Amino acid sequence: MNELLVVKNLKKYFKTKFGLVKAVDGITFHINEGETFALVGESGSGKSTTGHMIVGMYAPTSGEIYYKMNNISVHASKRPKNITREIQVVFQDPASSLNPSRYIKDIIGTPLKVYNLIRNSTEVEQKVADLLENVELPPELYMYRKPRELGGGELQAIAIARALSTNPKLIILDEPTSALDVITQAKIINLLLNLQKKHNLTYLFITHDLAVVRNIASRVAVMYLGKIVETAPTIELFNHCRHPYSMMLFSSIPVISEDEKNLKPKKITSIGEIPSSLSIPPGCRFHTRCPYAEARCKVEEPSLKHINSGHIVACHLAE
Amino acid sequence: MNELVITGRRFRLLSDRFKKFWFKFSRSSLSIIGLIISTTCVILAVLAPYIVPYPEHIEWYIDYDNALRPPNLEHILGTDQYGRDVFSRIIFGMRYSFTLVVVVLSIVIPTGIVLGVLAGYFKDTWFDYLIMRISDTFVAVPPLVMALAIAAVLKPSMINSMIAVSLTWWPWYARLTYSAVSSLKNEYYIIYSEVIGVSKLRVMFVEILPNCIGPILTKATLDVGWVILVGAALSFVGLGAQPPIPDLGTMVAEGAHLLPTTWWVSIFPALTITIIILGFNLLGDGLKDVFTEEKY
Repeated sequence: MNELLVVKNLKKYFKTKFGLVKAVDGITFHINEGETFALVGESGSGKSTTGHMIVGMYAPTSGEIYYKMNNISVHASKRPKNITREIQVVFQDPASSLNPSRYIKDIIGTPLKVYNLIRNSTEVEQKVADLLENVELPPELYMYRKPRELGGGELQAIAIARALSTNPKLIILDEPTSALDVITQAKIINLLLNLQKKHNLTYLFITHDLAVVRNIASRVAVMYLGKIVETAPTIELFNHCRHPYSMMLFSSIPVISEDEKNLKPKKITSIGEIPSSLSIPPGCRFHTRCPYAEARCKVEEPSLKHINSGHIVACHLAE
Repeated sequence: MNELVITGRRFRLLSDRFKKFWFKFSRSSLSIIGLIISTTCVILAVLAPYIVPYPEHIEWYIDYDNALRPPNLEHILGTDQYGRDVFSRIIFGMRYSFTLVVVVLSIVIPTGIVLGVLAGYFKDTWFDYLIMRISDTFVAVPPLVMALAIAAVLKPSMINSMIAVSLTWWPWYARLTYSAVSSLKNEYYIIYSEVIGVSKLRVMFVEILPNCIGPILTKATLDVGWVILVGAALSFVGLGAQPPIPDLGTMVAEGAHLLPTTWWVSIFPALTITIIILGFNLLGDGLKDVFTEEKY
């Protein structure tokens, strides 16, 4: 398969008045064309920051992002227009990602105009109507509404329509379902899956919802405190995860039936909370919460180990 | 897509929005009173030449036979020391006051908005510091004192009092817009439009500004009253419109030494100022309630 996006040793540090925040601290991964790559982790693990850098909301501190072999490790304003057009984003909270004072037609029409995808202004209405139909919203009902008159699910569908307006290849989904209720979540996920098939899209799915990940992702990377601790194909990861942090995450999925319980990895109780990215623990970042932590975990930072094809773990204990 | 259907819906949605707005606005009877007072004042001022009984009394006009008549059927608010009809002069005085308001606000609001949007969008740059420190200097002094100081430097006239009021007033709009813009500029919809490469000017004035229009509109309504008050104060101390222009402030000043015996000469113009300010304040408060609820 073709590697659509390659991220190499990507870092993003933020200077704050409290000190240097190492939001993303050297991560490497690639996304194949047509797949859904999931980035999971607790809040504060740097997964959204990673997504934002790929979209170009800010330039990385160091490291590279390659899109189709083009280095795009700069702010979006410095990228070639055909590349920013092909990488689109859907944010977590649709209420804050859609301008509340503009008509839906203008919101979806803006990218169309910016990328010259329409020849004249009368074409906008037609194109927007098509895009709304594409996300299963009747255009005549939504065209001249404003975001504050609509609900979360409708808004997220509109955000997706806006992302699709530029005929993108890669869509960064930054927790697209976290702000929605469960039924709407399912609708949006289904919509995303249908659209992926229809338009041959590649997704970077950023989430903390593991149930969703299991259903839609082809590969998963688990992030902890700015580092990727484990990368594996979804089935492999859910069945044979090796990093204690992944085990902790998966064992914290709530289950109802006995069958589901058996599917889960060995029970690891979640201890404590994610440390502040202002003061990252030395050695393995996870040792403060790891039930298996040994002496060397406190001093030596684990390197990435290839367990088998596509399964990479950063843990001293994984052999 | 059926264009007629979409267009039809669009107008229905617009009228729905208006109905919703009216519903929220009309819940408070004070807002309605404010709306009635302010529109009545504006209509009277606009139609002044056609409705006043003695249009010639607004110029130099002397008729000592009828001087200082108390309110009666012929002169419903009485006459002043030159025999001029107070009612006619008040209506024309409102006309001058509203001219002042229109001129001042149409200078002040665009200037304040443009400077505020630029300073808010380029927050923490030299431009922000420059604009905001200048406006701090103006805001530190009460507007009336500032306007008096500026007007005192210039030659007393209608135009110069407009200049004086405008100079004192723009920083308030700049600051209001600045605070709204600098909090909105980190919203994801703004970041998105920057990422896809919408030009900075479009981001500022098409994406951000419409979200700040609620508070600006409210302030503009409230300011109609305050600008009239400051304008009248300038005329009262002789720094604004000069006689025989029937400015409300000048009229109060001219009649002040006749108090308390011939009270109608200055009390009625003063009362007019009060009513106008009251009307626009009630209207502004009503608008503010609607806008804060709508989360503009």
